Amino acid sequence: MTRLPIHLTVNGEAAEVLAEPRTHLADLLRGELLLTGTHLGCEHGVCGACTVELDDAPARSCITHAGACDGARIRTIEGFAGDAVMEALRGAFTAEHALQCGYCTPGMLITARDIVLRLPDADEVRVREELSGNLCRCTGYRGIVRAVLRVLEARRALKG
Amino acid sequence: MKPAPFTYSRPADWPAAVALLGGGARPMAGGQSIGPMLNLRMAQPEGVIDLRHLPDARGVTVSGGRCRIAAGTTHAAIEDGAVPGRLGAILAGVARRIAYRPVRNRGTVGGSLAHADPAADWVAVLPAFPGDAVAVGPAGERRIPLASFVTGLLSSALRPDELLRAIELPVLPEGTRWGHWKFCRKPGEFSKATACVLAVPGEAPRAVLAALDEPPMLIPDATALIAAPEEEASRIVAALPGLDPWRAALARTALRRAVRMAGEDA
Repeated sequence: MTRLPIHLTVNGEAAEVLAEPRTHLADLLRGELLLTGTHLGCEHGVCGACTVELDDAPARSCITHAGACDGARIRTIEGFAGDAVMEALRGAFTAEHALQCGYCTPGMLITARDIVLRLPDADEVRVREELSGNLCRCTGYRGIVRAVLRVLEARRALKG
Repeated sequence: MKPAPFTYSRPADWPAAVALLGGGARPMAGGQSIGPMLNLRMAQPEGVIDLRHLPDARGVTVSGGRCRIAAGTTHAAIEDGAVPGRLGAILAGVARRIAYRPVRNRGTVGGSLAHADPAADWVAVLPAFPGDAVAVGPAGERRIPLASFVTGLLSSALRPDELLRAIELPVLPEGTRWGHWKFCRKPGEFSKATACVLAVPGEAPRAVLAALDEPPMLIPDATALIAAPEEEASRIVAALPGLDPWRAALARTALRRAVRMAGEDA
């Protein structure tokens, strides 16, 4: 099958890969660019493990295919070094035991960062609703919800 | 869980996109409906026509009491207030409950409607509005009333050589009441029964019952339903053939709750 040149900006760096149009973005990131922090669970858009930032907003990398990504800007879990919100979330995930096996964690963190930045006034009910697109089979979600709320509350306290 | 091979094209304008139809190619907007179907190999098109980069693919314009929402406008944009006024507030509430935010960031109102899954949110809700789908084909644009756009499971009134270009809805006055209920066991999953009620001051209230594996059912004058929701919901659902008892119960309850929510909507 014909492979097409796909131009991407991944974690701030330009990349060109050859891919079949049917290859999904997660396989492209993992297989061609060796960015294996993006995990694959269900491969049909339900579990959220593969969530990355695509053109500055969270998206499912398993149901976005290579052709459609030509020219896109992507940030994976490897691309958040020095990001203050992600740093706070990582600390909160540790403090609140928000992961066990860690498989859902990359997608969970990218969704959590979007919640913190987009919904600064979110309460527990809203956080749970917003997290409903990321499945975790270990924690029962309590720790994850607490971790997100911990970062939200810290930021609200800072603003006073 | 990997798609069968397909070719990919990214037309530069609408006539070019229309010209690519036929020959086994499927149009794709945000890809959030067709993407899973490709991965599951439920859809195996020879080609995918990417509509995201067409001029005016997304955006909202209001003129002459009509609001035109370009088909490629994302659910997230509508959730975040891209549509102004009372109509926008109603649509934002619907958009927020579609799937999950990462899906809403890519998925589009037109893509979802044209995909015509009876359980999809826009499919279930848009017939409540006296508006049109704007189709574009080789001869130009034509309008299809939203109430008759979805014709069956994954089928619509679009002709094989047409694309969905936009949705046109009437701007709604303040004081318009809205009730919307959908049954999901988990937030974001496909609805098992959806009902909505739209009451514009001075007009007959409209209601829709949807997500029952059939095209949405418009109740063009819901005055009786609002006056006697218990009896009327039972009568409406009893007239639907072949519903399992549990599904019929959800449908009746969705109708009653949508009526109640419209009554409480001030």
